Amino acid sequence: MYSYIKKYTPYLFLSGALLFLCIFFFLPFLYTLKLSFFDYSKNIYDGIFVGFENYKYLILNPQFHKVIINTFIYLFVVVPILTILPMFLAILINQKIMFLQIYKLIIYLPVIISIVVVSIAFKWLYAQNGVINYILSFINIKPLGFLTNPDIAIYSVCALTIFKGIGYYMMIYLASLMSVNRELIEAAQIDGANWYNVHKNVTIPHLMPTIALVMTISSISALKVFVEIYMLTKGGPLNSTKTIVYYIYEKAFENLDMGIASAASFILLIIVLVFSILNIFFFEQKRYKI
Amino acid sequence: MSRISKLITHMILIFVSIISIFPFLWLLSTALKGNSENIFSYPPNLIPLDLTFENFVNVWKQIPFILYFVNSFIVAMATVVLNILFSSLAAYPLARMEFKGKKTIFYLILSTIMIPFQTIMLSVYLIVIKLHLTDYYGIITGYLGLILPFAVNAFGIFLMRSAFLNLPKEIEEAAFIDGASVFEVWFKILLPLTKPTLSVLAVFTFIGCWGEFLWPSIVLTNKHLYTLPVGLNDLSGIFSSNWRLIAAGAIISMIPVLIFFIFTQKFFISGENEGAIKG
Repeated sequence: MYSYIKKYTPYLFLSGALLFLCIFFFLPFLYTLKLSFFDYSKNIYDGIFVGFENYKYLILNPQFHKVIINTFIYLFVVVPILTILPMFLAILINQKIMFLQIYKLIIYLPVIISIVVVSIAFKWLYAQNGVINYILSFINIKPLGFLTNPDIAIYSVCALTIFKGIGYYMMIYLASLMSVNRELIEAAQIDGANWYNVHKNVTIPHLMPTIALVMTISSISALKVFVEIYMLTKGGPLNSTKTIVYYIYEKAFENLDMGIASAASFILLIIVLVFSILNIFFFEQKRYKI
Repeated sequence: MSRISKLITHMILIFVSIISIFPFLWLLSTALKGNSENIFSYPPNLIPLDLTFENFVNVWKQIPFILYFVNSFIVAMATVVLNILFSSLAAYPLARMEFKGKKTIFYLILSTIMIPFQTIMLSVYLIVIKLHLTDYYGIITGYLGLILPFAVNAFGIFLMRSAFLNLPKEIEEAAFIDGASVFEVWFKILLPLTKPTLSVLAVFTFIGCWGEFLWPSIVLTNKHLYTLPVGLNDLSGIFSSNWRLIAAGAIISMIPVLIFFIFTQKFFISGENEGAIKG
């Protein structure tokens, strides 16, 4: 474009970023792929090439099935709630009301607090003789083992993720709502349309691309969940909250079974890829067009 | 809007706000309760009867919060500086120059967005060990091991690229004609003009790094290098279910980020952050 730019200049500008991306993205990516074809379970210093055996092991392993099922239970609980609830709140907040900024600040607060702190707070709330069980006692529910009952532990973890995510997704919706045609809404209101009809026919159609965006990014982050589980349940009780990243962590850093951990990583990568491609090429096209 | 619908709106928003701060208020309340008060009492007391700051003092004495804070701060600041530097450098040719291999490089960088860190963390760990970037070899290498894997992020590169694309080309062209070098144009014209985007990148990188738990908990072995989240995770082990002290520690650790949030709130809640959305 400019004649004053020397041939090597662009590469000079790119070199730093590319160097780091090579060392900490591409190299580990290829290394993970390589490790996934080796068996390290007998000797962690010297793997044996086993081809697709690690993948076969995972595909046939009932514990891994449970892990995949847990991951998708988690996804199917968290994603719909984090798509709809923040949208509803954003629509409510996007009105000329008092204390608007204060509501936004407070609802956003859990997003910026470290997940470790939020997990400690939830562990305390979930205690057998904790506050939530006390509130439930009003409606005659006996104390629940939120983190110790295998049937409900995963939903307790989901609740934490939802708690931490609402403010974040609400802000994404609010940014999109700023461009909604206010006159259209006012015209509909003058014509006598009620709250439900106005939003069903004007706001929500306008928000459709944002809804899709929120669904994909919340799916990707749901598939990557780790800290909540590490802090609250460590995958238990009876593996009922063990999701795929926790499984990878356990295999890699506790059992030192690098082959299996890498194969599981690759399976996760392929699942995430579907959502990432959707996200990049359909919803955020503009930013990623060359 | 009618009065009734306004009232309902406020009631819903107040309810959600209470839920959003209650867990933290409950931690604060527990931390303020003295030993004579039963923290498991039925009904639970939000307002402490035996109000005391003793728990805070005890935790402060046993946990080196200042050290953890300094570690978190060094790691987060260094990560922010490196991200700003490398993102804005790499974004310039991608936004403004034509060169051989541009498309390939563009898609290579884009592809890293699709690789979640969690899927490569084991290999990153093995590489970091091979490069001797762990606290086993010293404090500096320990910090580098925490910082360098996150020094460049494709989100930052694309964020800066769109910011550069939105600038009119004429300013740069005028500077070139006046004899400025490419580097000068980048440093003296592009960077100052994209300050708002740079601050968005800085604030979001800082907050992300500050709360990071997974990576530091994998690489750190030396307690002197613990960041706040890792040190905090230790609390429950150290105070074996003494909830007064655990809660006090959690509250202390929240203070820096709350102060940061108060000063940077406009980045988070004004809608200016649309460009900074991360997956």
